[in-house]
Amino acid sequence: MGFELLLKGNNLGRLFGGLAVALKISLLSVCISLVLGTVLGSLMNDRHPLIKGVLRGYLEIVRIMPQLVLLFLAYFGTTRVLGINISAETASVFVFSFWGTAEMSDLVRGALSGIPSVQYESSMALGLSDLQTLVFVILPQIIRRMIPLSINLITRMIKTTSLVMMIGIVEVLKVGQQIIEANRKIDPNAAFGIYFTVFVLYFIVCWPISRLSKYLEKKWEA
Amino acid sequence: MDFDVLSFYFPKYAEAFLLTVRIGWLGIFLSIVIGIVSAFVIYFRVPVLSRLIGAYVEIFRNTPLLVQLFFLYFGIPKLGLNISAETCGIVGLGLLGGSYMSEAFRSSLGAIPNSQKESAEALGLTSVQTFFQVILPEAWVLSVPAVVANVIFLLKETSVFSAISLMDLMFTAKDLIGLYYDTTEALFMLVVFYIIMLVPVSAAGSILEKRARYKMFGE
Repeated sequence: MGFELLLKGNNLGRLFGGLAVALKISLLSVCISLVLGTVLGSLMNDRHPLIKGVLRGYLEIVRIMPQLVLLFLAYFGTTRVLGINISAETASVFVFSFWGTAEMSDLVRGALSGIPSVQYESSMALGLSDLQTLVFVILPQIIRRMIPLSINLITRMIKTTSLVMMIGIVEVLKVGQQIIEANRKIDPNAAFGIYFTVFVLYFIVCWPISRLSKYLEKKWEA
Repeated sequence: MDFDVLSFYFPKYAEAFLLTVRIGWLGIFLSIVIGIVSAFVIYFRVPVLSRLIGAYVEIFRNTPLLVQLFFLYFGIPKLGLNISAETCGIVGLGLLGGSYMSEAFRSSLGAIPNSQKESAEALGLTSVQTFFQVILPEAWVLSVPAVVANVIFLLKETSVFSAISLMDLMFTAKDLIGLYYDTTEALFMLVVFYIIMLVPVSAAGSILEKRARYKMFGE
């Protein structure tokens, strides 16, 4: 069934290596998204029509376009249209950050809109600048609501990185495919065991993170 | 951008579009059915079954669709059960979506305050009447935003079907790029067709959400 192939040679190690590639891409993108998303999300309630319009357009693009399409655009499109050649990994970090930033900024915007305007007015009365108000008054209040949601974004990011195999990055699913192909003669039924293992690996990585997110959400709600 | 190429590509994309839409909506329909049933089972705490459904929801919410599809399409047939790529796509999307929909329905059922149930009881409604005439209509309205978000999410997820060689939009784009090297045109058409597929759904979703909000605060 393919499970014994895992113990053959370094197959299990290679699978973990593939998982590490996927995790590296997702963690890098998450870090970028958290920072940029917080900044953009704070700007989203800005009254300037241009800023508002551009940000809305950006959010809509991300909402409508599948991540895989964005990946194709970034990887194949840039080479063709702009003539620049970026590696598949750079392209995927770029796309996932582009997507994650939009998601994060929407979360921040949602959390900010729950803050009563009294908070802003009181800060103004105390002589705080807009930036000071945001950093010292508003952000500390939304951080408890943001942390579980941001953790949730991490699991979604990890799940989405499975797409990078479609632009040729050798991550865990691709490694699984290679193992199956290499052992086609020895074990023609290997696909079951290997893909099951990949399935379980993803679950083992994502499940604790989403449990943590749920736990924090419940704990801080009270 | 070469317009001859675009018009040459158009019918191929149109065909792929129809396939994507068909599989996507069948999958979404299946996911709503699974979601409603699972949410009911969890809400009524049906013994054993609710445990199983809970495990199913956790498993499918925490794994990527691509991995689920690979397992369904390449793994399961090794047990002697052969499924076509199309069925596999629909079932895969339905199972993934079902876990998300079940969360959406379950949390809106849970959000109905107990006073509603108690008031209904005080008015002499039976528990069946209470559920179908009081709890369910309120929960249904509450779940609209989450369901709309899930539908858009699932339609976007259809893009990974190309990996199990279903000839959807993504597959067509990749195929045409490989055949003719007109990358710009192929990617342009890909984006256009995804816009055609998702903008109406997104717009309809916003209208639905707005109407649901009116309902929540009374007409």
